[in-house]
Amino acid sequence: MVQAARTAASREALGPTLVRLAREGLDIVVVDADLGVSTSAAKFGREFPDRFFTMGVAEANMIGVAAGLAACGKIAFASSFAVFAPEHCLDQVRMAVAQPGLNVKLVASHGGVVTGEDGASAQAIEDLAIMLSMPTFRVIVPADVVEAEQAVEVAARSYGPFYIRTVRPKTVVIYDDSLRPFGSAQDRQAQGRPYRFQLGRWHLLRPGLDVTVMACGVMVKAALDAAELLAREGIDCRVLNASSLRPMDREAVVAAAAETGAIVTAEDHLVHGGLGGLVAETVARECPVPMAFVGMEDRYGTSGRWDELLEYFHLTPDRIAEAAREVMARKPR
Amino acid sequence: MAPTETVSIEQLEAIARRIRRHIVRMTTAAQSGHPGGSLSCADILTALYFRVLRHDPQNPRWPDRDRLIVSKGHATPAVYAALAEAGYFPTDELRTFRRLGSRLQGHTVMNVPPGVEMSAGALGMGLSFSLGQALAGRLDGRDYHVYCLMSDGDCEEGQTWEAAMACAHHQADNLTAIIDRNHIQNDGFSDYLRYQDGNRPQRPGGWVREDLHTVNIMSLEPFADKWRAFGWRAWQVDGHDFAALIAALEEAKAHKGQPTVVIAETTKGKGVSLMENNPTFHGKAPTPEQAEQALRELAD
Repeated sequence: MVQAARTAASREALGPTLVRLAREGLDIVVVDADLGVSTSAAKFGREFPDRFFTMGVAEANMIGVAAGLAACGKIAFASSFAVFAPEHCLDQVRMAVAQPGLNVKLVASHGGVVTGEDGASAQAIEDLAIMLSMPTFRVIVPADVVEAEQAVEVAARSYGPFYIRTVRPKTVVIYDDSLRPFGSAQDRQAQGRPYRFQLGRWHLLRPGLDVTVMACGVMVKAALDAAELLAREGIDCRVLNASSLRPMDREAVVAAAAETGAIVTAEDHLVHGGLGGLVAETVARECPVPMAFVGMEDRYGTSGRWDELLEYFHLTPDRIAEAAREVMARKPR
Repeated sequence: MAPTETVSIEQLEAIARRIRRHIVRMTTAAQSGHPGGSLSCADILTALYFRVLRHDPQNPRWPDRDRLIVSKGHATPAVYAALAEAGYFPTDELRTFRRLGSRLQGHTVMNVPPGVEMSAGALGMGLSFSLGQALAGRLDGRDYHVYCLMSDGDCEEGQTWEAAMACAHHQADNLTAIIDRNHIQNDGFSDYLRYQDGNRPQRPGGWVREDLHTVNIMSLEPFADKWRAFGWRAWQVDGHDFAALIAALEEAKAHKGQPTVVIAETTKGKGVSLMENNPTFHGKAPTPEQAEQALRELAD
């Protein structure tokens, strides 16, 4: 299925997309806390020096300055590693951005254990729980660089606070227009219609009726591979790209529960408070069905290559497939 | 809109007394709130809203208005009273302070009511926000000035010094910080400068006295030198002397090339004898009897 797929890091989407949008006339400014090369924000600074503000290694101040700029009508982007923003400056994100609902876009790279060799201190596995706890933030976890570009554009064009989580390593590009290996039957029929990220819509990457895997970020590829494994056993696995955590796709969850009767969530994040918890709240409230959660189980990461770490922490197609079989066995007969 | 006619010092003093009476009544009615640090900055707010700021109470979102960012978000009694006296909303509404359904929240909420520039309540956030506004003004070619009112506690937060570095780094000369330096905070005395007790030797670090107030919580001295070392132009003035305060603020606004700070030495609880230099009234409302006495002292 995966023919020599293109790889890219979703963090590379930020700078070039902001440059394009600013050239189109959007009143974008960027604040940076000494990680502009890593987050690609520096590419914006290179093109728009007057609209790029360096704050040094001072995330709390960076968020406050972004809020002040936003209060004057700017579309203020702030970027750092997820462990530094929001995690190092949580109060500033809450007080200066979330409570007044200001037009600040926090685009944090280095989400998840796939951050790799830098180890536990650099691996944000709590950020989604934190950001989902703030009522005014929209929370996006793009599956790849293509979706990340689109999410950044949607954030720039939509008023209010956004959190977008990207990753450090080069991962397989899911939405590679040249390959077009995935997508729903309707999508495949709609020739020439490229994927467009939409707030609150989870893309049906693979239809199925026996079980549904809802995944975000790097786990989307693992979910697709798990579905292939399950297909060999005759299990018809639906795969949804749950990139828009807030607003979430309630209808997709309810439909998955009704039509497949079993749900697995998969994320490079703690199993608590992120995608799994979000889906479980809707399932418990509206459509109780057996669920399983693939993610980090009450532990921090460690150093290692990103692909080794996914194996080490069981964030794998095998583990998702195992979880799918397990939830299917729990379906009421 | 600049004030069409200059408000005299005597008029400013009368306005400040009215604001102080509002502060006493609001906190007494709510039986909560922060009277001490509101009374200490009442003169600063009066000077700003009635002499210094270019603003229009009828058009609070005017893009060219000067901004006053209140970082000490617990000073809501003073902020709301000053806004009401300046004409942003009727003074009658002050009675609803801290009540369920009121716009007048315990700590400031951005744009609620219009005129409040920033949400605050956690200290240390105002200067960063002010820098964002100052940078936006410069980018947009607007000539407004940004003022940030801060407390002793604000200056104990690390974020303030991150912002102090950044303001100087970006040469934000359209920004003036004003410190309501009353030397008293939630737990007690910030340092020894307002603590008068000859019986107790001064010692490093904080110590807790019998009434559980702490003495010497965190000394900020040498305070003006800290700002200067961070690249700021600093003035120290008596924060209850309108002429001195206004002169310093005017000099600060005219100063180019670096951010400016006016350190206003003030008295916590200013104007109410039982509250002056008394840490008890940082976050505690007066009783009705105390309020009655306070209002007598503040009568015209």
